[in-house]
Amino acid sequence: MSTGFSWFVVVGTLGSLLTFFLILYLNRSTSNPGKTTGHSYDGIEEYDNPLPAWWFWGFIITIVFGVGYLLYYPGLGNFAGLGGWTQTGALESDQQQADERYGPIFAQYAAIPIDELVHDTAAMRMGRRLFATNCSVCHGTAGTGSAGFPNLTDSEWLWGGDAEQIKTTILGGRNAMMPSWEAALQDEGVTEVAEYVSQLAGREVDPTVAEAGKARYDMFCVACHGPDGGGQPMLGAPALNNEIWLYGNSRLRIEESIRHGRNGQMPAFAQRLGEDKVHILSAYVKSLQL
Amino acid sequence: MTAPTRYNYKVVHQFAIMTVVWGIVGMLVGVFIAAQLAWPALNFDTSWLSFGRLRPLHTNAVIFAFGGSALMATSLFVVQRTCHTRLISDRLAAFVFWGWQAVIVAAAITLPMGLTSSKEYAELEWPIDVLIAIVWICYAIVFFGTITKRKEKHIYVANWFFGAFIIAVAILHIINSLALPVTLTKSYSVYSGTVDALVQWWYGHNAVGFFLTAGFLGIMYYFVPKQAERPVYSYRLSVVHFWALIAIYVWAGPHHLHFTSLPDWTQSVGMAMSLVLLAPSWGGMINGIMTLSGAWDKLRTDPILKFLIVSLSFYGMSTFEGPMMSIKSVNALSHYTDWTIGHVHSGALGWVAMISIGSMYHLIPLMYGRRAGAMYSVKLIDLHFWLSTIGTVLYIVSMWVNGLMQGLMWRAVNSDGTLTYSFIESVEASYAGYVVRFIGGAIFFAGMLVMAYNIWKTRQLALANPLPADDLIDSNVQGAHA
Repeated sequence: MSTGFSWFVVVGTLGSLLTFFLILYLNRSTSNPGKTTGHSYDGIEEYDNPLPAWWFWGFIITIVFGVGYLLYYPGLGNFAGLGGWTQTGALESDQQQADERYGPIFAQYAAIPIDELVHDTAAMRMGRRLFATNCSVCHGTAGTGSAGFPNLTDSEWLWGGDAEQIKTTILGGRNAMMPSWEAALQDEGVTEVAEYVSQLAGREVDPTVAEAGKARYDMFCVACHGPDGGGQPMLGAPALNNEIWLYGNSRLRIEESIRHGRNGQMPAFAQRLGEDKVHILSAYVKSLQL
Repeated sequence: MTAPTRYNYKVVHQFAIMTVVWGIVGMLVGVFIAAQLAWPALNFDTSWLSFGRLRPLHTNAVIFAFGGSALMATSLFVVQRTCHTRLISDRLAAFVFWGWQAVIVAAAITLPMGLTSSKEYAELEWPIDVLIAIVWICYAIVFFGTITKRKEKHIYVANWFFGAFIIAVAILHIINSLALPVTLTKSYSVYSGTVDALVQWWYGHNAVGFFLTAGFLGIMYYFVPKQAERPVYSYRLSVVHFWALIAIYVWAGPHHLHFTSLPDWTQSVGMAMSLVLLAPSWGGMINGIMTLSGAWDKLRTDPILKFLIVSLSFYGMSTFEGPMMSIKSVNALSHYTDWTIGHVHSGALGWVAMISIGSMYHLIPLMYGRRAGAMYSVKLIDLHFWLSTIGTVLYIVSMWVNGLMQGLMWRAVNSDGTLTYSFIESVEASYAGYVVRFIGGAIFFAGMLVMAYNIWKTRQLALANPLPADDLIDSNVQGAHA
């Protein structure tokens, strides 16, 4: 802040505290304790009693403490405070201490391949805690997911289920984009494609409608979801030839996906957790399959 | 001159009745959303009944409808009686009443519809904000206009507090609600980012400080000495704590934003001033409770006085708790937990509601030409007192337990530095506390129904046996006569 505003803050803050002190000091005694002031309002009178001593001194103590606090911690404009404390400094030093203290605990597993690590009980216990804190909000405590958030315990992997693919997903995050086909397909087209997609999943459908849907599917959908609806892990395009539905299995939800598109976002955890923790976490996610 | 022409009791009576009505409505919504937190299925998958929409309805209804009506009833009553003059304008007073009711009804319609500015305790959209500002300025004109034509030389201390409350709330409301309207139902705040947050909590904390503290201290300074029939303990203390309270409260808002992007110096000033605020807050409690010295025996027989004095105890407790929670290291544990909700309700139920209830029991019989405090049944007042006290204690204690447990669970770490509990585990662990809180709230709510019945019977009694109006007699004979 500017020097002028800084002084404004200093004068305002200390000036206020000084004013409170003066109000107290100048009112410390009264002339007629135990007598009333002589006024009466709707029958209410007031004693001219002095301020209770313990209250008076309690007030003074908080003012003195307040001044001391504002001298030690940053509180008076640009003055940094005698203690040199800052909020970001405190956070960084806490994080550094934590890294020094806990870092080696995670680092000891870094060299062990993920497929081996899944059998390490101690590492998996740590993995479960990391999962509970960082992943369970979306993927559920047991990793079974919910609408829009993939189930990690089933056989389908949007971005690949190999150990290293899972690790890449957690480190860098993922962005899946299903475009909206409302304009291209129109209402009729959406219905037809939904019918064909249902057929791919093995549901009973109206063959004529599905046939019409196939023609449109081969034009618009095949590039990502594949000719047989097998999906494409490079793009995070889900397989459609099974009964696993990321956004819900009802006809309404399927049509909604086609009509409006979907935007799936997995955040990146490299910065937040560091590679060593993600390594253990990847093994834990892998172990959900076992 | 007879009573009805000397004082305008009509508007006082209207606001007093609406205090009870809105108290019942606002607390019922509170009890319902408390039940939703324990049993989420109670939102019935309806957006209108979802917690996010009903919670602001609850806070607006209890603060501005219940609390606001209580403040307007008492301030317009007290200013007339202590200035020995009638309100400056009956028509303007009537406009204030109907205008305020219109604001409340508009809030009750728009909030469940999801129309919100998303500012806590200031959720109402801009057309309603404009109406609030107009009604409030008229309220100020009625109040201060009446003071200027007072028959007493001095202005009684209760009126200082009411006056400070009226001026400060006008400033707070107008500055915090400044917004750019886009449509009739949507606007954007003129502030953004950290500045928006700070303005919001400057408003939010002083809504507590001036609406829920200074205003209700005005109630305290009239009804406690009146009901106790004792002089106020110390005139000097009331002068010092009044000026200190209103001067320091405006500094304390930043303690709602500890450990955020608010600059360090602002957080430090907020905390230091919050601690300095302890003594000025307690000044009111000391003056109220010490007023009773020499008349403690009245607490045995007068449940109205019990309401007033116990409300001061809760006031003292929550104004001690507040500065403690503003200490950064305590706040690091308490913030975002149910402790905050418990703290708010020790003030809202224990202090604001109980002193309002006590003052209404004193005032309402006067509206029916009976003696002050002469309700239909003293036993029902006593029952109401115990329902209120037990309900408040259950509420506060369950939220303390939940809050401390959540704070401790969130920061618990294992030997490898990972968190011991996931968030959802702390929610599961809070279930028992949520049930107890619901029960506490329901008990408090039941007390309000007892009150409504007692008032109804008082009115019937007054209609059957009209007593001589007593407001020209200084109402020294107090207490309920069942």
